Amino acid sequence: MTNPLPTSAVPSSTALRTLAEKVWDKHLVTKGENGTPDLIYIDLHLLHEVTSPQAFDGLRLAKRPLRRRDLTIATEDHNTPTLAIDKPIVDPTSRTQIDTLRHNCAEYGVRLHSLGDIEQGIVHVVGPQLGLTQPGITVVCGDSHTSTHGAFGAMALGIGTSEVEHVMATQTLPLNPFKTMAITVNGTLRSGVTAKDIILAVIAKIGTGGGAGYVLEYRGEAIRALSMEGRMTICNMSIEAGARAGMVAPDQVTYDYLQGRAHAPRGADWDAAIEYWQTLATDEGAIFDAEVTIDAGELEPFVTWGTNPGQGVSLSASVPNPADILDANERSAAERALEYMDLAAGTPMKDIRVDTVFLGSCTNSRVEDLRAAAEIIKGKTKAEGLRMMVVPGSARVRIEAEAEGLDQIFLDFGAEWRFAGCSMCLGMNPDQLEPGERCASTSNRNFEGRQGKGGRTHLVSPLVAAATAIRGTLSSPWDLIQDGDQ
Amino acid sequence: MQKFTTVTGIAVPLRRSNVDTDQIIPAVHLKRVTRTGFEDALFAAWRQDPDFVINKKEYQGGRVLIAGADFGIGSSREHAVWALRDYGFDVVLSPRFGDIFRGNAGKQGLLAGQISEADAETLWNLVEADPGLELTVDLASKTVRVGDLSVNFQIDDYTRWRLLEGLDDIGLTLRDEARINEFEATRESWLPLTLPALAPESPSPH
Repeated sequence: MTNPLPTSAVPSSTALRTLAEKVWDKHLVTKGENGTPDLIYIDLHLLHEVTSPQAFDGLRLAKRPLRRRDLTIATEDHNTPTLAIDKPIVDPTSRTQIDTLRHNCAEYGVRLHSLGDIEQGIVHVVGPQLGLTQPGITVVCGDSHTSTHGAFGAMALGIGTSEVEHVMATQTLPLNPFKTMAITVNGTLRSGVTAKDIILAVIAKIGTGGGAGYVLEYRGEAIRALSMEGRMTICNMSIEAGARAGMVAPDQVTYDYLQGRAHAPRGADWDAAIEYWQTLATDEGAIFDAEVTIDAGELEPFVTWGTNPGQGVSLSASVPNPADILDANERSAAERALEYMDLAAGTPMKDIRVDTVFLGSCTNSRVEDLRAAAEIIKGKTKAEGLRMMVVPGSARVRIEAEAEGLDQIFLDFGAEWRFAGCSMCLGMNPDQLEPGERCASTSNRNFEGRQGKGGRTHLVSPLVAAATAIRGTLSSPWDLIQDGDQ
Repeated sequence: MQKFTTVTGIAVPLRRSNVDTDQIIPAVHLKRVTRTGFEDALFAAWRQDPDFVINKKEYQGGRVLIAGADFGIGSSREHAVWALRDYGFDVVLSPRFGDIFRGNAGKQGLLAGQISEADAETLWNLVEADPGLELTVDLASKTVRVGDLSVNFQIDDYTRWRLLEGLDDIGLTLRDEARINEFEATRESWLPLTLPALAPESPSPH
């Protein structure tokens, strides 16, 4: 068999191109031929403790150097405690994993933000916050929610550990070409409806596999009106539709967010960067392989009822009846989901009582998310017996929230105010649901056992999380107004 | 990586769609720092049910997993591939895979072959009627064979070639190192560097 390795690398740049295609072409080291993948240069590699140890080991075994430690940065987030962070980690295997990251970063000279460091936090909160995530760059991390960084107009891909090792050794990845999908969100969101509701509605519409093979570009008036935080929430969950990545073209909102951040370009570099960033938007008339349109004005607060993120409905709706689902696979998945979730078809979503509210995760743990929830609960009383856990996305988010007095609002309400990390989003550390416990969660996955074995998850926005914590049943701020409670 | 040619082994029917990587290996089992030792973590929650398919004695030693659509969606954890491989699976067949899972599988010598929904149903029915039935998966011809039946599966040509040749991806890329060097020389000077750590321009931006 002949070796089908690539031989030439000249991107065509005359045709009308989408944002994703422009960023891809800009990073083409070699163009694949005869079915071989393109070789793509990686501008920023983010590491954390869970998916990197085996990659460092591979590098060590093959006696390969880390090619670009100056494009690599690590933080501790998945497995770290959110209480007593000044004490040694109790679980010995968790402690070993953290220690392994520290040894590896020291050995290879990688910048690491450890627990207790002011820049520590969830890797997808830290990158943007430092200004490292920039428009038009390529970002990878051994975590599927790397899609978050696409909010800046970056091509951001979640990768596995073998690919982590590949990037460490070569600063490139062999990647197959992708298809493009435009997700246009027209109109204006109503008050009480957020970026989270948009993305949950998108996933319910196209399904958990609907984005497979595609890079999604979120466009339209409602996307333009979102803050960077909102755009990150949307891009974050692109993976839940099975997409390779999600992107938003950069604009003034992006530039304003970046300017002045530690690693944002300065002076003449800033001007040069802006000049490049302004070329990134999809060309007028460029063709997408698929298009989906959503009317923001019709959206309501959205929640999931099942065990994958595509199983969602408007909060005002009821638990669907599997018998009404035509596709046999989806029907049996729905039956299984209702059994696991202990829900009966036809139950109004608003009648569902929860035990725990989790406000956090790389989807919704930025200061804007905390502010929005705090505004709802301020001066209110938490539902009896309900547990609410608030986990800021980074140490800086926590500090910023405390400077605004948000911590006190949460504490007065009866919520727990924790240190930064992934926490109950994936329940790898001690922050887990008990079997049978039901949670309204601002995170991204309602998979069986995701938040703890036997735990039941409803994905919600920070506003729905806050209203639910007050009423004890799945609720939105609209319900608080109807309660006669401005 | 070992060369992959054909596998003949017991097929295990997993009649479920949307099997996410949290089900393949729950997060609490991701704390090991090695690439092996994950066999007991495979489907850890589901395996507590004695009726779960891989607990049945006729499917012991299974090497070919036949799953429903959207297998391996969700988290990028390569531990899902390691757990399947450590347990003894060499092949997973499904009508559709999560992209990252499929990529991870190809790097680790686990064959992820895409079959049609109809062929999945045919194979499920066949295996369930005769538990312990062995299938032959032939990568060169991209077919699954049992008795007189032969169904095709899809896999991208590059991954197939690498699996057949047992080639290490990093080694292949490093053959192009001169190209990487050339590319690096053209990168703009203002692109972000992680080192050294810098302070923001103002004490707290925004």
